[in-house]
Amino acid sequence: MLQGSLILAVALAYLGLLFAVAYYGDRRADAGRSIISTPYVYALSLAVYCTAWTFYGSVGRAASTGLDFLTIYLGPTILAPLWWLIVRKMIRISKQQRITSIADFVASRYGKSAVLGGTVTVVAVVGIVPYIALQLKAISTSFTVASAYPNAAALTSAGGGAVPLVADTALYVALLLALFTVLFGARHLDATERHEGMVAAIALESLVKLVAFLAVGLFVTFGLYEGFGDLFSSAAERADLQALLTLEPSASVFGEWVWLTLLSMLAILFLPRQFQVAVIENVNEQHLKKGIWLFPLYLILINLFVLPIALAGMMYFPDGTVEADMFVLALPLESGQPVLALLVFIGGLSAATAMVIVATTALATMVCNDLVMPVLLRTKALRLQERTRLTGLLLGIRRSSIVGVLLLSFAYARLVEGHYTLVSIGLISFAAVAQFAPAILGGLYWRRGTHAGALWGLLAGFLVWGYTLPLPSLAEAGLLSPTFVEMGPWGWALLRPHALFGLEGLSPVAHGLFWSLLINGGLYVGLSFKTQPTAVEHSQARAFVDALPVSSRAAVWRGQASVTELRQLLQRFLGYRAATQALERFAESQGINTTEPGWEDAVPANAHLMHHAEQLLAGAIGSASAHVVVSSVVNAEPLSLAEVMEILDETQQMMAHSRELQRKKHALEEATQRLQAANAQLQELDRLKDDFISTVTHELRTPLTSIRAFSEIMHDNPDLSAEQRQEFLEVIIKEEERLTRLINQVLDLQKLEAEPMRLQVEPLSLRTIVNEAVQAMSQQMENASVVCTVQPPGPGPGTVEGDRDRLKQVLLNLLSNAFKFCDDTDGRIFVTLRGRANEVQVDVADNGPGIDREARASIFERFQQARPRARAGASGSGLGLTIAQRIILEHDGDIWVSSPPGEGATFSFTVPRAQASTPTDDPGPLGDGASATPDTAGSAGSPITSSDS
Amino acid sequence: MATYVLIVDDEPSIAMSLEFIMEKQGYETQVVGDGAEALQRIEKAPPDVVLLDVMLPTYDGFEVCRRIREREEWADLKVLMVTAKGREEDVKRGLALGANGYVTKPFAIKDVVAKVEGLLT
Amino acid sequence: MKRQRLIALFVLGFLLFNYPVLSLFSVESVVLGLPVLYLYLFCAWGGFVWLLSRIVDAPEASASPRRGPAVPPTD
Repeated sequence: MLQGSLILAVALAYLGLLFAVAYYGDRRADAGRSIISTPYVYALSLAVYCTAWTFYGSVGRAASTGLDFLTIYLGPTILAPLWWLIVRKMIRISKQQRITSIADFVASRYGKSAVLGGTVTVVAVVGIVPYIALQLKAISTSFTVASAYPNAAALTSAGGGAVPLVADTALYVALLLALFTVLFGARHLDATERHEGMVAAIALESLVKLVAFLAVGLFVTFGLYEGFGDLFSSAAERADLQALLTLEPSASVFGEWVWLTLLSMLAILFLPRQFQVAVIENVNEQHLKKGIWLFPLYLILINLFVLPIALAGMMYFPDGTVEADMFVLALPLESGQPVLALLVFIGGLSAATAMVIVATTALATMVCNDLVMPVLLRTKALRLQERTRLTGLLLGIRRSSIVGVLLLSFAYARLVEGHYTLVSIGLISFAAVAQFAPAILGGLYWRRGTHAGALWGLLAGFLVWGYTLPLPSLAEAGLLSPTFVEMGPWGWALLRPHALFGLEGLSPVAHGLFWSLLINGGLYVGLSFKTQPTAVEHSQARAFVDALPVSSRAAVWRGQASVTELRQLLQRFLGYRAATQALERFAESQGINTTEPGWEDAVPANAHLMHHAEQLLAGAIGSASAHVVVSSVVNAEPLSLAEVMEILDETQQMMAHSRELQRKKHALEEATQRLQAANAQLQELDRLKDDFISTVTHELRTPLTSIRAFSEIMHDNPDLSAEQRQEFLEVIIKEEERLTRLINQVLDLQKLEAEPMRLQVEPLSLRTIVNEAVQAMSQQMENASVVCTVQPPGPGPGTVEGDRDRLKQVLLNLLSNAFKFCDDTDGRIFVTLRGRANEVQVDVADNGPGIDREARASIFERFQQARPRARAGASGSGLGLTIAQRIILEHDGDIWVSSPPGEGATFSFTVPRAQASTPTDDPGPLGDGASATPDTAGSAGSPITSSDS
Repeated sequence: MATYVLIVDDEPSIAMSLEFIMEKQGYETQVVGDGAEALQRIEKAPPDVVLLDVMLPTYDGFEVCRRIREREEWADLKVLMVTAKGREEDVKRGLALGANGYVTKPFAIKDVVAKVEGLLT
Repeated sequence: MKRQRLIALFVLGFLLFNYPVLSLFSVESVVLGLPVLYLYLFCAWGGFVWLLSRIVDAPEASASPRRGPAVPPTD
């Protein structure tokens, strides 16, 4: 027996402590030193899942149906591995999209639809209010039990409907909790809708309820019995209890098991309070890692003693004097453990208040943001759009919503009081929130899901849910005719709420869940295929479905950037055209009129565009670098070291690549130039060769023609006179000589051109060489009566550096050229040597017809025979002058021709003097008798005698 | 009246061989080694056939041929180009200027004889 | 890699805590003083959570380099 006042005092003190914790948590959060930023607090806050239903109701259910209460906890456990995929995705999206509640989440996914947000809110409120009512009832009942025990009347009518309104504990509980919820959840407004203080308090409550339940479990097992073995063996003695230890091997039992497991899987994801703590209140995605397994561990611990307590309760209260839902509290009281009973009461209070606070806060947020505000904002008369500060209004709505939800819950509790167990009301709530499953799961993984599908699916599912689950409960509460449930409306058996379309053999919850989800999901999928998403829906669908990138490198852009900024970026790397195309495609998908000037400034880039931009850039500059440049405009998270390393790596590779390319390009250009030059040279050579060959062949044909003609004549005319024969043979021989000379000269020239000339350079006297050349030609000239004169008579002009044989060839070529062209009848050739300071010049002049100006320019080219032939039989090859020129140039000398009108032609060349050498004048015997004397102009020194004289 | 052949070539040995060949056929011959001189000779006494070399002092063979064809009174005069340049364009050019035929050097005697006989019939 | 393990574990959980596996343990006998089904459920549950913690807390599998065999001693 506990004093009601004592219980009240302890309860209030406990709530005060919770508030202190919450207050401290908020203060720390404001100071930037969060006390909830640890995975353990996160895991404990998830345990808001365990409500008064768990604390009191599990034992109640275990007492009636055995182990199937565990399905509610096994479902979340089985699903826990997938949290890393599903819940993490929800957290990502919620942070990206600034989601404030589950209604907001659904609305945001389907094109930020206010209608959908409102619908979700309504479903959530209708579904959750009974659940909150359940908690209120649990608190008031437990208070009644704790304070009135062992008053049997009080126990059996615990929470009975007869209590007048003002005397109903639940009303005060509701009001008290409303106050606390306002204090925890709506004391001030936070842009992020996060309530760190509340989370801290919830975590503490989770700890308290676990400790309390473990305490009573240990007490029952080891205090009332001597351990598990004793307890279970005692229970086994009773057949009805033995049945609770196994599962009846029937399809319906296992079917129920599966359905409840499924239901709880959906509930853990979509209950507004679970969404609130797991997603909205999450401070760090990494906390999920611990939460994923700590939360199931918590579930194990809190369920460990449910069955023992239930069995003990059944054995202690065999006559049903105490409701099974209250065994947890009744057992310590019965055993005279008031302190333990008080702890249990506080534990139950914790479980209930935690749920009420979080659920009410979540619902109030939804009611305010997704139901009331959209309506108010659209009501033009209120002119809310023009008000700059809506904080006060928002807080007012939020607080009113909290009070409203709790009063509604209280009303519901009074309405159905005594007719339902904790668990069944809880399961109906679960089934209500399970209606969010198609829209949310589909929205997370199926891009095609549309607004219409989500809205009509949800509405239809909600209607079926209402028809199959809460409606019959109203009938059982006496508010509707029971025949409605038994026979169906107007006697239509097909529409019986618990056997819709004749589906029987399922529990009401499984039945309702099946039909509502089937119709909901069917409409969602069907209508999604039927309807086209709008542009906003389309982009939101992408943002949701692609929230968890497959590759960890692909960025999730959380920052803000303008389209203009992105354009500049794209333009810089991709050029104007590609940038414009990319942006226009984006604008098209957003339904933006691009013809309107300045649209780029007006529209913020969404994550999709940023991602798209990044991908485009990655194609151009590598993905790591693309990430960095997009970051530069998007203003996102700082780079990690790993990312920096990656960028450096990539940049290095790209630089190396580009250097290599540059080098290759350069080499290629050089090669091309060289090839072009070579090609031009080849073409020139080819042309020269063509010319050369055609000239040579012409020059060859002339002697060949003569030789052939005379050979044929002699062959055909055996009767020729000996004289004639002799004459013709001489022609043939002469022409053959010409042929040979020509061939030799071609070979000479070819040799000169093929390799650099090797000059056997030595100091020598040009005078000597002139004399030798004239000597060699003297017989020929004598025969033609050509007179050759070397001037000046006497000593030469000194020594030069040169190749004796080559220079002699030059002189021979010039002499034979002069001989060829000098006057026919009175041929005269003048060779003149002139000594200068640095060189010696030799002129070879003839008295022929001279050479006109044009011919002079090309006289040294091959086969240029500019002058009409003057002397019969003195034909040359046309190569002599070319060869002479090459030799002189090789000696660093000069060669040219002059031909004043009417004066014949003069070929002149110069050869540089020997450097600091001695003149070696050794004039040989000359045909014209010129005497040789030392050259006075020469420098002094020891004479070197030419050995070739 | 004996047929008169004018041989125009600046290569004395070739001119000499042609002179021998033509005389052997019973033609009268004259030899000149210069284009301008050849025209003077034709002016004095037009031949029946001119054996015309291309590479000549003063006027080359083409020029001589052109000038012959300028004169209507020499229309019956046959011109046989004798050229070492057996190149296509030279042959064409010669024929275009009004030459009646051509022989390339080195030539076979019977070839030249046949060509001259052909021109005379 | 982690993703695949987690999905595999989810499937395993579905098998462990459902018909027909549960019917195997739904017998009226006692092991260590505990009913078989009760014992099985909590043991399997504990094992499941232990596995889950190992998978989730494990560093990214791909990041752990494979070690080559030790270098044999040379004499």
